[in-house]
Amino acid sequence: MKVSLFITCLCDTITPDVGKDTIQLLERFGCEVDFPAAQTCCGQPAYNSGYKKEASKGMKQMIQAFENSDYVVGPSGSCVQMIKEYPSVLKEEPGWRERAEMLASKTYELTQFLVDVLKVEDVKSTFKGTATYHPSCHMTRLLGVSDAPRKLLENVEGLTLIDLPEKEDCCGFGGTFAVKNAAISGQMVQEKADHIASTKADYLIGGDMGCLMNMGGCMRRNNQEATVLHIAQVLNSQ
Amino acid sequence: MSIRIGDKPYADRIKDGIGNDFMRKAVSSAQGRFRTGRLKAAEELGDWEDWRTLGEEIRHHTMENLDYYLHQLSEQVEKRGGTVFFAQDASEANAYIQEVARKKQAKKVVKSKSMVTEEIGLNKALEESGCEVVESDLGEWILQLDEDPPSHIVTPALHKNKAQIRETFANKKGYTQTDDPFELAAFAREQLREDFLNADIGITGCNFAVAESGTATLVTNEGNARMVSTLPDTQITVMGMERIVPTWEELEVLVSLLTRAAVGQKLTSYITSLTGTRLDNEVDGPEDFHLVIVDNGRSKIIGTEFQSALHCIRCAACINACPVYRHVGGHSYGSIYPGPIGAVLTPLLDGYEDHKELPYASTLCAACTEACPVKIPLHEHLIRHREIIVEQEHMTTKSEEILMKGFAKWASTPAAYQLSTKMARTALSPWTKGGHIEKGPGPLKGWTAERDFPAPAKKSFRKWYQERQKRRED
Repeated sequence: MKVSLFITCLCDTITPDVGKDTIQLLERFGCEVDFPAAQTCCGQPAYNSGYKKEASKGMKQMIQAFENSDYVVGPSGSCVQMIKEYPSVLKEEPGWRERAEMLASKTYELTQFLVDVLKVEDVKSTFKGTATYHPSCHMTRLLGVSDAPRKLLENVEGLTLIDLPEKEDCCGFGGTFAVKNAAISGQMVQEKADHIASTKADYLIGGDMGCLMNMGGCMRRNNQEATVLHIAQVLNSQ
Repeated sequence: MSIRIGDKPYADRIKDGIGNDFMRKAVSSAQGRFRTGRLKAAEELGDWEDWRTLGEEIRHHTMENLDYYLHQLSEQVEKRGGTVFFAQDASEANAYIQEVARKKQAKKVVKSKSMVTEEIGLNKALEESGCEVVESDLGEWILQLDEDPPSHIVTPALHKNKAQIRETFANKKGYTQTDDPFELAAFAREQLREDFLNADIGITGCNFAVAESGTATLVTNEGNARMVSTLPDTQITVMGMERIVPTWEELEVLVSLLTRAAVGQKLTSYITSLTGTRLDNEVDGPEDFHLVIVDNGRSKIIGTEFQSALHCIRCAACINACPVYRHVGGHSYGSIYPGPIGAVLTPLLDGYEDHKELPYASTLCAACTEACPVKIPLHEHLIRHREIIVEQEHMTTKSEEILMKGFAKWASTPAAYQLSTKMARTALSPWTKGGHIEKGPGPLKGWTAERDFPAPAKKSFRKWYQERQKRRED
């Protein structure tokens, strides 16, 4: 099966290990993974700030970059959800809507792809320690992916999952919200960091780098000891 | 009072909200109770998603045919001895009600809870024309004594605790007992009883008006709306023009959704349905009944992409689910309609000028959309508001515009994007310490005021990938 990796701008620049783990994980299950170099950012920072015109320029670039791909898989529920919305964003642009629909229909979030397309629920990985999982809002509520990461993590050898209190609450990231409404965002992420601390888990696991960067940044400032990991890093651990 | 509350700027309101520890504790614990209650009640009912779909369909159908149902409602009310007045805006509604009060030579008016009368500033208008106005919903009464605006659309005094309420009662009404809620409630009951008996006019809101029979339905827990609507000879019911259901069948569905979504109850203590004036064979009810149907900006929402905002049944489930509301409280929104629905409705009803920050007071986490019992896509409406603020109202800053234009160029030009992944680490190196940025420049400033920012990696993913491909080819 041929798969194109949609790296997301954050993983590309800040956490390249997540991309490496994603590729290796997919290859372990027989996928032939390529990386279309013309890909950029999904456009969400501009789109969610009300700059639809500006966002759509990058969206068209993404559509072109993945035009020849069979499947597009990304390690982020939020960025994948943005791609799913391309058809509605570009609905009034002649020709682009259909191309957007093509891309949206073949794009998957990593855990969703593993469970729904590759039909894998046990990736045969080993990871020792206790962890708590934060289900990101866009991945769960908008993309509708909530069972896949849970199933995959439950099957990781050596991993003990501790339920995160009030897990469905947003961590306060919200893209530009974290900068525009920094004070509110700071209160939200502090509450989340307190909940994480209350689990006494060794690791915080999540499926979206934006949320993880937000929670991790707060936990670092608080001198919290838990290590922050993307789910791809855990699933690719042997 | 009108939609807008207070005149502090947004940033100051947020600062006040975040700094109010007591309010935040109260809101957080109330949200916890309401959320658990809502989820439990939804589960008990079963097929919650089907109920939501039905609720959405009913509201959609009603809005699509609003002219028909409003006409039917007004005909039915008049057939049963009532008078209907369509008010285009707040001043028309207030002037009509003032005129009714003047004709009755009314000195005292008792009210049950009504958000639309807050919206039009009715109390102030009546007081200006010489009437004493008494709120009889316990929460509203407390706020009236304290001259404080509501911070929540269902539980308006959510931001106050029993000690503060005791103090208000002591200062304003000579209360001498403890802050035990039963004693406080008993005192309020005793005080209000007098007002019910002396009032010349009773004013109620309206949860749903049933078009087929001309009936105003009130959903309450305190029973005060029954006193308001049965004791005074004159009753005025004020409703937003969208608060209508075609028949009793739809009423049942929407009341089922409302009480569960609002407070997790199967049914509130009182569901009161009032039809017309007192007939010869009846022992109670008003001799004179007026239904005031308020537009105040609603009709201009019909036919726009925001039409579903009018589907709102004022249950506050979105407010109770909202993590932003939890940290800033209702007053921070600067509108009598706070939370996600407030951030959607307020700019529609009162313009963007005074409320342009509200659509951004959300992480777009969609907890609101998920909680809404009639499936209003609240977070999508917030994005649409942002688009209007940017593209039509031009209310954003120049620096943000430049940044976003740069973003468009960056995201649509692979070469520029690739260069940035190479340069990011070096560009941020002056601010980087130990792999992190604790005090960042420009747009990073807000971020690092609250938390650390990770430095870009030494080698970007795409660089690693290129090298890997090269190794494989060699």
